[in-house]
Order: sequence, then structure tokens, then C-alpha cells
Amino acid sequence: MHELTICQSLLSEISRIAAQHGARAVTEIVVAVGPLSGVEPKLLERAFSVAQSGTIADRATLVFEETTVVVWCRDCQRETPVAANALLCGECGTWRVELRSGDEMILKRLELADIAEGAAAA
Amino acid sequence: MCEECGCSVTPDDVRVHHANGSVSVRSANNTSVEVLHGILNQNDHAAAHNRSHFRRHGVLAVNLMSSPGAGKTSLLEATIDSLRAKYRIAVIEGDLETENDAVRIRAKGVPAIQITTGQTCHLDAHMVHDALHALDLSATDIVFIENVGNLVCPAAFDLGQQANVTLLSVTEGDDKPAKYPVMFRAADLVLLSKSDLLDVLDDFSPAKAETCLRTLANPARMLPISARRPATLAPWIAWIEQARMEALAPRPAHEHGHHHHHHHSAE
Repeated sequence: MHELTICQSLLSEISRIAAQHGARAVTEIVVAVGPLSGVEPKLLERAFSVAQSGTIADRATLVFEETTVVVWCRDCQRETPVAANALLCGECGTWRVELRSGDEMILKRLELADIAEGAAAA
Repeated sequence: MCEECGCSVTPDDVRVHHANGSVSVRSANNTSVEVLHGILNQNDHAAAHNRSHFRRHGVLAVNLMSSPGAGKTSLLEATIDSLRAKYRIAVIEGDLETENDAVRIRAKGVPAIQITTGQTCHLDAHMVHDALHALDLSATDIVFIENVGNLVCPAAFDLGQQANVTLLSVTEGDDKPAKYPVMFRAADLVLLSKSDLLDVLDDFSPAKAETCLRTLANPARMLPISARRPATLAPWIAWIEQARMEALAPRPAHEHGHHHHHHHSAE
């Protein structure tokens, strides 16, 4: 259960960005969490509902942007979507592939509200 | 498209660019901010910092991971016996509770820093950084970081190591790489530990374990070893010596430029 640690990291990142913009509230948090990131979105969601209370993101919704596991084949030079534990080229079946997406754990976008009058978006 | 970070912002929007590369679109007192940071930004930053410590001192740092009971500490004891005439070794031990593993390592005459993580199921870069302050890296050649026994969480946290070594004991399932893809995808070397038991076990196929690893597009070597049979350790010892030489080799220029805001009392 490292999802709580990850939530705390996420919330501290969010507080920092909100403070930079003089925002007093965060309404929406958009993240991309790939199947190979090591984080389970459902657990992250549950951990977030606990971790968010008393923070600037108290009432924020956590939105997961869809991500898929995609590999690029060095032989066929093609990209194919694959399962997280079968990183084989969808065309020729080789394992000599590079991961193009699916391991990301990214904070993509924040919706900030209640911006203080005259706050410099520094 | 915003040239700085590639986000889509329409021309009518008021753009505010920030020093950290984020872009905000303002309307009244609400703002939408494109961030595109790794969620573990702070951990990654601390890991880069640890990595630069290791490089500066020419230290090889190996992150050892496995499920509980796969034989990480026994392997370290046997490895220390093989290497200590030639290298100055230090060990960072991660466990939820007890100093037991550090005590075993210290009995070998090697400095060991125990991190007790309490309820935390993995080591992170900050914990390792704190432990590094208790070690004299200028008098160290190789640091082994024995992570908390767990095939899930440790894989998500970069510690600043040069190599991840994952143990898979032959008393576990040979399909473990397929069940724990994040962990085994991250491995730079997989050790099949307790391999002396292969003779009496009929349900572990090293070939199948290797197929599962390749199915994760991981070209890492897989070596059968047994801490009870020192002769089986030779390829692992050779791998460490090779990795240590690579840790000492000059780095490409772009890898030197790690800037960080960090205050050390003694550096």
C-alpha cells in the first residue's frame, strides 16, 4: 500500500502549485497513471479521499486520464497496444520492443479556484 | 500548442508561463494549470541527488529487491565474503521493524545502516539519503541497498541506484515475472536464489521464468545462485565487478549537470 505515500507526494506538489498561483482551492486534479507505473488507480482514489481532507484539495475531484500500454517494435518499426505483462510486438511477436507508454505516473492538470485578488501568477 | 511543454492552449487564452514550465489559463478567479510533472517529483529529485553522490565518489549502488524470504540477506553475507578482500562495502538495510539484518551484516565486519520503515512497505530516496549521511562514501566502493521484502511497492521508487537486482527464489512460482511485471521490468539482473533446491523441486522451471522475463521486453540476465554454494556465486560476483567498473567510468557530459537545492553541513 504505497498509494498513500504517492498521494502525499501528489498533494504536496499540488499545494506548491496552488500557492504559486495564489489559489485557495483546487477543484480538479487530472492524473495519468499507467498500468506499468506500479500504482493501482482504484487504491490511489481511495487513498486520496483520505489524504485530501484538511488540505487545499479538500473538495477536489481526482480524474484519471486513460492510458494504455503501447510498445514500439525495433524490427517492424510499428507501435501496438499490448497487455501489461505481455510486452511483445503485436505484429511479429518479438520481445525486442521499447515501451512507448503505460508506465507514466504524471500530474497533468489542475483546476484552481478562489484565486486571491491581485495574486501574481508567478 | 504551447512551445514550452506541448500542451494545447488556444490563442485567445491569456497565457502565463512559469519558471517551472507550467502554463496557466486564467479566467476570473479560476485557473487551469497544465503541469506534466511526475507525481513522485520529489522522490525523483532526491534520487537524482543520491545518484550524483554515488557518482562523485565512484561508488556502485545496487538496489536489491525480492519478496520476503527470498534470501537477500543470506546472499549479501555470502557476497561480502567473496568481495571484502578487494572492495570496501557498505549496506543499507530496509525493514519494517528490527535491526536483525543490520546485525547480521555488521557481524561480517561491514558497516550497515538500518532503516526501519514502520508501516511503510518500501524504501524511498529520502530515506536512503538520510542513511547516506551516516556512511563515509569516500571510504566505500560498493553500497548494497537491501529494500523491504516486497515485490510491489519498491519498484515505484527510484533510490538513485545504478542497478536494480531482483531475487526470485526457486521456492516461489516461476511465473512471478508475469504476476509482478512492474518489479521485473525494472530489474537489470535477476538472480534465481536457493538454486541448490532445484534438484528436489519439480515445479520450478528456470526456462519458464526466463520466458516470463523476456515477455516483459526485459533483456536482463538471469543467473541461478545459492548462498550455500559459494561456487555458484561466481557469475554474480563478476557482474558486480563489471558494474563497479562502469560506475567508475567517466560519464557523458550531459549527465554531470544535476543541479539541486540542498544543504549539507559537511561536503
